[in-house]
Amino acid sequence: MIEFESVTKRYDDGTVAVDGLSLVAANGEITVLVGPSGCGKTTSLRMINRTIDVTSGTISVDGQDIASTDAVTLRRNIGYVIQHAGLFPHRTIVDNIATVPHLLGWDKKRSKGVALELMERVGLSTALATRYPAQLSGGQQQRVGVARALAADPPMLLMDEPFSAVDPVVRESLQDEFLRLQQELGKTIVFVTHDIDEAIKLGDQVAVMQVGGTLAQFAPPAELLSKPANDFVAGFIGRDRGYRGLSFVGAEGLPVHERSTVAVGASEDDVRQATGDDDHVLVLDTERHPVGWLPVNGQADISPERLLALGTTFTPAQTLRAALDGALASPTGEAVCVDGDGRFVGVVSHGEIAEHLQTAGRQAG
Amino acid sequence: MTLFNELVAFLSESANWSGSRGIPVRIGEHVLYTVVALAAAFAVAFPIGLLIGHTGRGAFLAINIGNAARAVPTFGVLILVVLLAGLGFLPVLVALVILGIPPILTSTYAGIRGVEGSTVIAARSMGMTERNMLLKVELPIALPTVIAGLRSATLQIVSTATIAAYVALGGLGRFVIDGQQQRDYGKMAAGAVLVAALAIAFDLLWGLVDRVVVSPGVSGRLPRTRRARDADSPPPTTGTTPTDPLTPEPAGRPT
Repeated sequence: MIEFESVTKRYDDGTVAVDGLSLVAANGEITVLVGPSGCGKTTSLRMINRTIDVTSGTISVDGQDIASTDAVTLRRNIGYVIQHAGLFPHRTIVDNIATVPHLLGWDKKRSKGVALELMERVGLSTALATRYPAQLSGGQQQRVGVARALAADPPMLLMDEPFSAVDPVVRESLQDEFLRLQQELGKTIVFVTHDIDEAIKLGDQVAVMQVGGTLAQFAPPAELLSKPANDFVAGFIGRDRGYRGLSFVGAEGLPVHERSTVAVGASEDDVRQATGDDDHVLVLDTERHPVGWLPVNGQADISPERLLALGTTFTPAQTLRAALDGALASPTGEAVCVDGDGRFVGVVSHGEIAEHLQTAGRQAG
Repeated sequence: MTLFNELVAFLSESANWSGSRGIPVRIGEHVLYTVVALAAAFAVAFPIGLLIGHTGRGAFLAINIGNAARAVPTFGVLILVVLLAGLGFLPVLVALVILGIPPILTSTYAGIRGVEGSTVIAARSMGMTERNMLLKVELPIALPTVIAGLRSATLQIVSTATIAAYVALGGLGRFVIDGQQQRDYGKMAAGAVLVAALAIAFDLLWGLVDRVVVSPGVSGRLPRTRRARDADSPPPTTGTTPTDPLTPEPAGRPT
């Protein structure tokens, strides 16, 4: 547990970077500090490992005031990941990862073993072990940065915009893998970002900070979206707040129901019979995987080129956002629900999703 | 007889290659002056460069003193110290050391300063002591720049060590000065050519040192076939190219 108690950082020139910050980063959770540049989020992070000193207030790690600990020992027990990875260019990948084990005086064989194991864990081929950072792509370097922070298995991790220097596609896959890794490891993580979407995606708790170093709101992401504390938070979260909030509502309660379907290769008669008065019929393959929509319009021409794209499907394990997206993209306004193996379960229309939301909202409120 | 012929005649005369006044002895003396002066300059400038590079404190003062030292006339210093301390090796040494300090100081400082901020922050946050950070992270990354400074200091010291002959010492300057007095232009030219050859030899030696001690991850001398070809994003270039205006120009690194 990392606890900030009325922490203030004031520089010699009078600038206040962090002003009376109080918050608790709970064990095993990802606590995200997010805010525009100059809000003091990186300063707050770096005060935890004492690379920046606190002016007033206290920060404690597992109940112990960090001011009373030895800074070097403290740092070796807290993993650190930095933007652009901050790798040591003169050392090979395996030596970069083994930095803290080396400092702790582990024997070489053990350090190397741990480093190689971590490479696989963060999704790097061990063939890269003897390369130098300059030979790796930005995304790979960032993975090395994460592996290096985990090398001595510290209970806590500090991450300073670790994914912001890579392109959006790589960033998304790094974020997904990071969440998967955290599921296995359950570290106590403080994560700094300026990207509110990243904060909402990764955080168990999100601290929104504003310029001047004050805390605007500290809440779980769903609450941030549904009940922003003030105009600053609402403005910072930006557009589509309501729509994005759907990401935090499960799709399992939706009234999914049957609808007319035909199998691939069905005859015109089958189609006519199955469709009835409907405009479209859903085409399934032999394994009952949805293939696409077939417009009928009174005629029953079933040539494959008339098939309309399926759009996105969703599973009950996903969120209302996925379901609504499926409904909006579908030619019939119906989202196609499939099970974990991709087999057809049923459909739900956007009207029904909206109705479900209203009832769910009433129950929750 | 042309100057070139005189030069060849001097160099091919076997008597000039032996004895206590022969070419090998003079080269040995010249190398000795250079090495001692370089070592002394390094002993003074390198630790100061490391310290101000790491802490960022005192940079203004050190760089200005360094630049002022560049403007000091070497010959003037030589004469001054001779007047104060008398003839001998000391005046020569002082003059050469003063010449050698600025390039070593500024390049060490600039090399350490040029290490990327994120690398330094990462090292400190990982729990390295300041000493460890300096010697195991900052210095290895700054090495190409530090060596460039040593190369340029060596070049200046080798060429200037010629003046030792003015104060009755040896070295290759003897051929230049004696040749001038004896109006033996072949001898003079031979002295000049030998100094130039010695300078080139030293430079090649530094090139070799650079190759041996600089990590391939820093020098960029990596096998081409092993470069990352992954789709993630283009690999960034090595982050150690000095951009600091104080950095002396690297003296023709071999590619």
